[in-house]
Amino acid sequence: MVTHENGGGHGHHQAPTGFIRKYVFSIDHKVIGIQYLCLALFSVFVGMALSALMRLHLGWPNAHWSIFKGGLMTPEQYLALMTMHGTIMVFMVLTTAPQSGFGNYFLPIQIGAADMAFPVLNMLSFWTTMVSLLVMIAAFFVAGGAPIGGWTSYPPLSALGEMAGPGQGAGETLWIIGLAIFCGASLMGALNFITTLIDLRVKGMTLGRLPLTCWTWFVTAILGLLAFGVLLAACILLLLDRIAGTSFFIPGGLVITDQVITWHKGGSPLLWQHLFWFFGHPEVYIAILPGMGVASHLLSTFSRKPVFGYRAMVGAICGIGFLGFCVWGHHMFISGMSPYSAFAFSILTMTIGVPSAIKTFNWLGTLWGGKITFNCAMLFALGFVSLFVSGGLSGLFLAQPALDLYLHDGYFVVAHFHLIMGVAAIFGMFAGLYFWFPKMFGRFLNEGIGKLHFWLTFIGVYAIFMPMHFLGLAGHPRRYFDTTAVDFLQKLQPVHVFISIAAFITIGAQLIFLFNFFYSLFAGKECKEENPWHATTLEWSIPSPPPFDNFAGVEPVVYHGPYEFSVPGAADDYIPQHLAPNLVKKA
Amino acid sequence: MAGTVAEDLEIIDAGRGGGTGTPAGGDDDSGSSGPLHPVPKRAYFTALQLGLAAIVMFFMALASSYIVRRGLGLDWQRTPLPPVLWFNTVVLLTSSVTIVVARKKLEGGEREAFRSWWWVTTGLGLLFLAGQIIAWRQLAAAGMLLSTNPSSSFFYLLTAAHGAHLAGGIFSLFYVTFRNWKRSRISQATAAELTSIYWHFMDGLWIFLLVLLTLGR
Repeated sequence: MVTHENGGGHGHHQAPTGFIRKYVFSIDHKVIGIQYLCLALFSVFVGMALSALMRLHLGWPNAHWSIFKGGLMTPEQYLALMTMHGTIMVFMVLTTAPQSGFGNYFLPIQIGAADMAFPVLNMLSFWTTMVSLLVMIAAFFVAGGAPIGGWTSYPPLSALGEMAGPGQGAGETLWIIGLAIFCGASLMGALNFITTLIDLRVKGMTLGRLPLTCWTWFVTAILGLLAFGVLLAACILLLLDRIAGTSFFIPGGLVITDQVITWHKGGSPLLWQHLFWFFGHPEVYIAILPGMGVASHLLSTFSRKPVFGYRAMVGAICGIGFLGFCVWGHHMFISGMSPYSAFAFSILTMTIGVPSAIKTFNWLGTLWGGKITFNCAMLFALGFVSLFVSGGLSGLFLAQPALDLYLHDGYFVVAHFHLIMGVAAIFGMFAGLYFWFPKMFGRFLNEGIGKLHFWLTFIGVYAIFMPMHFLGLAGHPRRYFDTTAVDFLQKLQPVHVFISIAAFITIGAQLIFLFNFFYSLFAGKECKEENPWHATTLEWSIPSPPPFDNFAGVEPVVYHGPYEFSVPGAADDYIPQHLAPNLVKKA
Repeated sequence: MAGTVAEDLEIIDAGRGGGTGTPAGGDDDSGSSGPLHPVPKRAYFTALQLGLAAIVMFFMALASSYIVRRGLGLDWQRTPLPPVLWFNTVVLLTSSVTIVVARKKLEGGEREAFRSWWWVTTGLGLLFLAGQIIAWRQLAAAGMLLSTNPSSSFFYLLTAAHGAHLAGGIFSLFYVTFRNWKRSRISQATAAELTSIYWHFMDGLWIFLLVLLTLGR
């Protein structure tokens, strides 16, 4: 028996009127979703600017640029840029936009709920995320500057303070605190997502009728719930090593910049790696799973065909989520682990190829014989599939300890994870944005500018990351400030120049997107109808943009699966989920 | 009873999300829950279970670090457990009994008795925390500080982490006492039930940590 206690104020779920309650400390999941997206948009441009500076240096290492003191970048500056680029992109963009941004906005609507289960907690998650972003950004402005230990922040150098480098002082401390705050925010968000999906689904919305987007947000939230607590524990241990003199991660007998460390002993840097990657590998799926959901959703909608093998897709999503917790050791093949452990981690890692292949096969099956519309949303969804395959295949190389021994910490790895986790996930977000923009803002993004944006970005990212595979195969290590003094790497310099030029063009293309975003927001073609794409899920049954309580107090009832396109015998080529069976027009 | 895993699964399977029934009571007192929409009571239990799962992961990470670090360290020295911990344990276990009594009184409609027993629980919770601080002071007086040895580091860390979570429980106990439940989405009885589940869990977690610290020191 479903019970609502105390009357629950039914019928009094009214929109707040003041600016602060409406747009700043809002408890409306749609506003919070947009807030998350804005935070991610700001962060992605910060992260991109940092990468632009790195590419400037890598392309022309000896050129003088007036933006640097004395004309040249210092090694520490390079490492700080690299660390903050990785951190901001992974946490503030790839973790927030696909899940907290789009998920917040559309999960409740797609399951027929008026809001998240706990709106105040939802608001708190966002503002906690904002605090963590501010704390991390503050690392740029303290003495010594931003940390230089990479986004993985491996001890012992991350645990020893300023003696390990300028950014390893206050900057690193802020980095760890910022990350710990982020863990808290993500845990609150994950708890809210899962509860909402389990308990707030509207009548008829069985698990078998959930849109695949909701499935991916659901599984992603489970991953977040189980992984961020572990990262939080690791952050606390690392922080104690830094400020309280403990030795969890710091071994004895270290010599750092000519100084023998006598006040620490017995700790294990590998312990950090285990804790970090136990979180870190699921984190990869936290970034990519929502993109998979969006891609599946869009391929079906714009092919006018049901998702091929819906149940297999759900199984694959769950399988990827589960296996994500069993493979963290593949990040540590060269850490001296037992070959038997490495073998087990290797086999488990390659097993992820199975659900991944199921997904890819089913995406192609969905497209096969469909009436495909090549609009911007669809192009980005197709781009997602392409990048997922390109980035995923190199994962099978890296999953083998024998190969990883050579490729580890080289540009091959950089190419791999940027394609699969970075760019593919970003394409998923773009696909979602072009698709849902009319629902969110009542206007369409400009298709012409959008297509220019797509093609420049699509070709651009391949031009950036494909050559990096070859740098890696040639033995080019990653994270190095300067490799011009090494003979065999010097010969690879033209590749760096090519990559840098490609990167600048791709970054320029994102400015086109930014223009399109703001132009369309205020002057784009108006979307007057509820369902411009003739899609099936519940968000397309309400006005664009949706009212404060989504369904205006009238709860929808779901009668159909999420992807009933081109159903034989039906007059229209789509059947909305909420359409009563007797209202489905016969052909 | 709402909130069991079995019931959740049943609900998941049947696809009966929230909002399928009209809110009970129909109390039209305007603004009774402010701008918040009604949610089914079981959502609170789901959320609590999820929260506990996250807490389990957090403490498992610390516990496995403890086991790994102990296995590595030639520098691991025995940290004597302050005897006051046994007293604290009894206090905490007793508080789990008193919270059950309090809830029984509330179910039986004896609000005054409920309030008294609830206050007893809150007091025992505070006493436990005070006892933990005494344990720290005793340990510090014996020369075992946070950074003295990995064994003592973990002792302070694990007890502090548990104490912080227990403090959340005490906050919740106060919240049940002082909240104006007429303006809430759930009743005081539900809040008391949620708090007691969390409280029992903190109790069990402490026993686990105590066993770990006793065997591992």
